[in-house]
Amino acid sequence: MSEFVAILTIFVLAVFIGFEVITKVPPILHTPLMSGSNAISGITIIGALLSAGSQYTTLTTALGFAAVVFATINVVGGFLVTNRMLEMFKRKD
Amino acid sequence: MSPDLVNIAYLAAASLFVLGLKGLTHPRTAVRGNRLGALGMLIAVVVTLINQQIVGYQVIIAGIVLGGLIGAIWAIKVPMTGMPEFVGLCNGFGGGASVLVAGAAFIESSLRSSGNLEMQFSAATVVSGLIGAVTFSGSLIAFGKLQGMVSEKAVRFPADHVLKALLLLGSIGVGVMVVLDPGDVNNYWYMVAVASVLGILLVIPIGGADMPVVVALLNSYSGLAAAATGFVLSNNVLIIAGTLVGASGFILTSIMCKAMNRSLSNVMFAGVGGEPPSDGPAMDDIYEGKVKSTSADEVAMLLDSARRVVFVPGYGMAVAQAQHAVRDLTNMLEERGIEVEFAIHPVAGRMPGHMNVLLAEADISYDKLKEMDDANTNFEQTDISIVIGANDVVNPLARDSSDTPLSGMPILNVDRSKTVVVIKRSLSPGFAGIPNPLFAADNCLMFFGDGKQAIQDLTTAVKEA
Repeated sequence: MSEFVAILTIFVLAVFIGFEVITKVPPILHTPLMSGSNAISGITIIGALLSAGSQYTTLTTALGFAAVVFATINVVGGFLVTNRMLEMFKRKD
Repeated sequence: MSPDLVNIAYLAAASLFVLGLKGLTHPRTAVRGNRLGALGMLIAVVVTLINQQIVGYQVIIAGIVLGGLIGAIWAIKVPMTGMPEFVGLCNGFGGGASVLVAGAAFIESSLRSSGNLEMQFSAATVVSGLIGAVTFSGSLIAFGKLQGMVSEKAVRFPADHVLKALLLLGSIGVGVMVVLDPGDVNNYWYMVAVASVLGILLVIPIGGADMPVVVALLNSYSGLAAAATGFVLSNNVLIIAGTLVGASGFILTSIMCKAMNRSLSNVMFAGVGGEPPSDGPAMDDIYEGKVKSTSADEVAMLLDSARRVVFVPGYGMAVAQAQHAVRDLTNMLEERGIEVEFAIHPVAGRMPGHMNVLLAEADISYDKLKEMDDANTNFEQTDISIVIGANDVVNPLARDSSDTPLSGMPILNVDRSKTVVVIKRSLSPGFAGIPNPLFAADNCLMFFGDGKQAIQDLTTAVKEA
């Protein structure tokens, strides 16, 4: 199996998992779902770290640096704000 | 660390993302779910950092410190009413990061191989750059609209659809050139530039009240851009995480469209919310002599004999920051043995779930927040429905007529409760630009004023009654 087919397989299976899991999220949690999934889409930070860290040329390092900043804002901001929101949804008894 | 170990760690991270999202299926497990997701991210980052491909850490540390500080301060300071802007801008950062990562990887590989790149690699780079750039610029415009820096109206100009089609074809054309001649890296940036203009033009003609759809759609794009970057880097965790986000945004987009009974292409291209429609029922015919204005004291008297009260919040509640005042009134009514619930329309506010977050912020328990279908079964048994800052989502024309911009949109049937009190500044129409016959209904009382002030006056009046 070529590498492309292998990662395509993973992509397609992830589509099914995504639909299965997300359709069960109730509407009251849709805003935290968005901010939380935003944090997860900050996973590009991995690619950003490799570009910024491999220091191949000045240009790729600079692009990597900017990408690290963007992605870190997404990751840190996303998880923190989601946590803040979800704490408010805890049942008050 | 061997490549196998790295990939196993990435697999663990991806599994934690899935489990984390699964946690979001219930408020009780949601906090834990979010932390699992964060743990997954930490694992992925740490494993990447100890990877031997990395030769220097100064740039990385500087980037993480800067981004972390901005993200943390922003996340702590942002008010709950500002969540649509927050998510809107974060989508843009995600798209921007994908553009930059794909661009950097492309340049590096192109130099290393002196322009002999596999077609799959360049094609993935093009997809990542295209979607990322549209997401980035589109999100900035959406943010501007939510902040009021860009007109909330649907901005249209002659031949705008043609221009958008040309830009799309143009960016794809440059993208094909990137694939055919990967030695010339400048083409990638030309493509990004064209796609960025396209992103701006795609969001500019969409009106403010349609922002829930746009923000959800851009959320989906930011995930897809990350997944495309995963194809560039042949990295499974990027593909899985990006795809999960893409699916999430897509599902939210279709839920929002369904809740307005509109197609995605209608939201994206019809320019709803520009100039008010000239046809449709005239305001004077509907309102003349039939609108009854009320006062805090009168409503307090009605509440005195009520057993069941339903609040219907809309974007106006967010604008007036009235959620805390509503909570105080709710507590007072409950102390008097009145059953209180909240009926929430899926598109109320400026993003999916906007109202729920505001009410949760004000300490209102989530089991009082009812979804539309659930709420609609109970309006007949409701003594008083209090509509605060909502308009189109309670307009009976959507249900009863077939020739208005709202026709067919599911609404909250507040007009079926015994009495409806509408708190609103004036009789001005909602986003759809058509009058609301509810305001002239026999069982409807208009309480004119600012949402927060009106609720506070009402609380005082109830206390004194």
